[in-house]
Amino acid sequence: MPGMFGIRPGKWVMTVLDVRTARPDQRIAGETGDWEVIIGLEVHAQVTSKSKLFSGASAAYGGEPNAHVSLVDAAMPGMLPVLNKYCVEQAVRAGLGLNAQINLWSRFDRKNYFYPDLPQGYQISQYKHPIVGEGEVEVEVDGDPEPLVVRIERLHLEQDAGKSIHDLSPKETFIDLNRAGVALMEIVSRPDIRSGKEAAAYFAKLRSILRALGVCDGNMEEGSMRADVNVSVRRPGEKFGTRCEIKNVNSLKFIVQAVEYEARRQIEILENGGVIDQETRLFNAATGETRTMRSKEDAHDYRYFPDPDLLPLEIDPAWVEAIKANLPELPDAKKKRFISDYGLSAYDARVLSAESEAAAFFETVARGRDAKLAANWVSQELFGVLNKAGLELSASPVSADQLGGLLDLMADGTINGKIAKEVFAKMVDTGESAGVIVEREGLRQVTDLGAIEAAIDSLIAANPDKAAEVKEKPKAFGWWVGQVMKAMDGKANPAAVNALLKARLGLE
Amino acid sequence: MSDPTALTLAAALDGLAKKEFSSLELTDAFLAAIDKANPALNAFTTIVHDKARAMAKVSDARRAKGEAGLLEGAPLGVKDLFCTEGVKSTACSRALGEFKPTYESSVTANLWRDGAVMLGKLNMDEFAMGSSNETSAYGPVVNPWRAKGSNQNLTPGGSSGGSAAAVAADLCLGATATDTGGSIRQPAAFTGSVGIKPTYGRCSRWGIVAFASSLDQAGPIAKTVKDAALLLQSMAGHDPKDSTSLPGPTPAFSQAIGKSVKGLRIGVPKEYRVDGMPDAIEALWAQGAAWLEAAGCTLVDISLPHTKYALPAYYIIAPAEASSNLARYDGMRFGARVQGKDLDDTYAKSRAAGFGAEVQRRILIGAYVLSAGYYDAYYLKAQKVRARIAEDFANAFGQVDAILTPATPSAAFALGERSGDPVQMYLNDIFTVTANLAGLPGLVLPTALSHDGLPLGLQLIGKALDEETVFSLAHVLEDAAAFKARPAHWW
Repeated sequence: MPGMFGIRPGKWVMTVLDVRTARPDQRIAGETGDWEVIIGLEVHAQVTSKSKLFSGASAAYGGEPNAHVSLVDAAMPGMLPVLNKYCVEQAVRAGLGLNAQINLWSRFDRKNYFYPDLPQGYQISQYKHPIVGEGEVEVEVDGDPEPLVVRIERLHLEQDAGKSIHDLSPKETFIDLNRAGVALMEIVSRPDIRSGKEAAAYFAKLRSILRALGVCDGNMEEGSMRADVNVSVRRPGEKFGTRCEIKNVNSLKFIVQAVEYEARRQIEILENGGVIDQETRLFNAATGETRTMRSKEDAHDYRYFPDPDLLPLEIDPAWVEAIKANLPELPDAKKKRFISDYGLSAYDARVLSAESEAAAFFETVARGRDAKLAANWVSQELFGVLNKAGLELSASPVSADQLGGLLDLMADGTINGKIAKEVFAKMVDTGESAGVIVEREGLRQVTDLGAIEAAIDSLIAANPDKAAEVKEKPKAFGWWVGQVMKAMDGKANPAAVNALLKARLGLE
Repeated sequence: MSDPTALTLAAALDGLAKKEFSSLELTDAFLAAIDKANPALNAFTTIVHDKARAMAKVSDARRAKGEAGLLEGAPLGVKDLFCTEGVKSTACSRALGEFKPTYESSVTANLWRDGAVMLGKLNMDEFAMGSSNETSAYGPVVNPWRAKGSNQNLTPGGSSGGSAAAVAADLCLGATATDTGGSIRQPAAFTGSVGIKPTYGRCSRWGIVAFASSLDQAGPIAKTVKDAALLLQSMAGHDPKDSTSLPGPTPAFSQAIGKSVKGLRIGVPKEYRVDGMPDAIEALWAQGAAWLEAAGCTLVDISLPHTKYALPAYYIIAPAEASSNLARYDGMRFGARVQGKDLDDTYAKSRAAGFGAEVQRRILIGAYVLSAGYYDAYYLKAQKVRARIAEDFANAFGQVDAILTPATPSAAFALGERSGDPVQMYLNDIFTVTANLAGLPGLVLPTALSHDGLPLGLQLIGKALDEETVFSLAHVLEDAAAFKARPAHWW
């Protein structure tokens, strides 16, 4: 029986950990000089799957406490885990999306510790032989000249624990096992990150990739994605310092705060002649501070060993190829395509390619229209409205086709850009299409040159001094444009106004 | 009707088929026998009179409709390690308290599917950890056998002591048992019964309280080789709920009974000749080999060089797995909770109250060998030894079709005689533990009595998945030995 004992000789590969020096602007000034902060992330991402990693119980979020619990999840005597193949497929998909090595042979281990929300008394995880090996992720950080490459050390599958509820009773703790046994991917980065901003950008990029792949919904409020942030500091160019791990940080803002607080804390200790204790810390979102959870001395001895209830996981390379062939377009590829096909700026292309839904929305608007204009309207106007209202794109009051309709009215000269913003605001309020609003409110652009000329002539008649001045002061021309538009209720065709004004004022 | 409890399973099935008695009559006879014997033998921890009679009636109705299954109407006992729906299942530990599962183990479900009737749950060493049944929270089982001219209570062996005693005392037609290092085979040997631990993965482990997952395997204890084959045929089968369950169909094991063994090569491993082994066991082994030779087999001297490391490796791997498997008995969901001053204290107190001394010893050993800094020296090394032992067998099976060894280094000993010395107790498994480490089928059957009139057994170890050859050979030995001795019904 091959593989029966789960022993496999591993190859020992030396990995260079220290590959980046912080840019001077990323350094933190201390009392005694500059410091560099070194960061690595362990991201836990819940696998999108109907059922749990080793049981048939629902993996859905929410539900009455203990409604999604099988005999296996509750660790009843004699119950055995059976691996959910779909979760394996999702992990492979994630690995491919991270440009990582897929390990055709991997193994599940038991991580032993006692806690009431861990009914088995151990978590099934992949300790020595993860399903996904080394990979890398390219991350653009706003304002930084070069993209950052973060190396992935590994991705492995493991079970989530249940939830302990301490605040229902002063004396008792209640346990909800709905999450117990749900599949998680733990994605471990190398310590390649040098600022809180980079850490947040990396996390966001990871989220974008996982969501595009459909392997994790990335919902941070529901805990679908959370990060353990490893932070240490050093003098520029010196060896890595002792790190502290900050557990379960669940928003981009908190990642930045946690890193900044923790780096400052460590620098202060070191500058006062102290030493950093390797420990696990908790982030307090209310104060933005971190505090000790447990020291290295209190660290558990998890007594890892191969789970004897499960055979080693062997994957057929043809299966991996089949998954690879059906991968969706990932954000990086999409971004490149948006630049080459639509002529977008790198920034717009990145913003619009980060989320598959937004990208699809943009493409619907852009198809057959001015793509740059479409990009502006989606990323500026629409996203602005959604952000302000706290809405997801899926709940947008304006559909992609409706926004396209608005752009069409601009393109054919029915309305001008200024009126378009007005119409858009009304579309947001009413959910009506642009055409309906324009007709009802009489917002069609005036291209009747006679009417525009009449407006100009009466303005010149009323302001002879200004008409004389404008020849000396070309900058005053803007005032004239504004006045004409005002007189025409904003509906005049701007090009016509410009041309006629110049002729009448003798500016040609 | 003469006493039907003395029948073999095969004979009883025959009697049921011929309508000589009904399953209900048979069941009632066994229930009466249990009620009479159990105060003395303590083989059953739970007797399910009503359920047994109800199952028997349903079985009789099925047979009347012409829908008789393989074991239709046969009353059986179930080791308390198997979870049985609605019937207290405790692994004979206080840690499980009055636990009544809402589910039925796959192995017992297979038996009921084939028409068998459940009489009750059988006593065992706590969590199957022990070789004398003395670690049970329900007290030891007493072996129905007594030495010539003695009234001293003997151990039935362990951990499946209740299963073996019940079969030997005619309290059931057969019983389920489990074997992690010899827990089917040693009790079978001590009670003059037949027991087989099949290839690892033959029987589903789903619903069996886990001791050491990579070693645990269910199997039957029965009165004859044929009975064991019939029972295993029903118990075995692929189960998608157990990832280590073997795929593929289960052979009709009973058809291997009576098959010629002519030309088979039988290995006799020199490493199983241990110091201080009684002459009677030496003689029995030689006799067994001679019987097989007479039946046309060729004897081959073989070497299994890593045998001496088997017991130490076993006593690292099994406790390691147990320390993790038993973590779930934490006083939170079943069993008694002893409230402490904080969570850790509650765990410590609950587990100290729930587990007996031997179980605690093994959990401590297991936690130790898995701990940081010791893992490589103990657990990893033991796994390497295990691979070597499997390799020994693989090499041997290049030359031979099966291996013949003694079953145990001694006959049944007195209760209390060895309970003070765990190492002495662990030596009971010396001939059986290798088959668990290598995942191979091992069958024990009685072939002779010791000088003081106690049964002694031989063991046949087969190739993985080749229980059929083992059954064929065992039947030849059974025939040749004509072992008919039964314990006196002294209770």
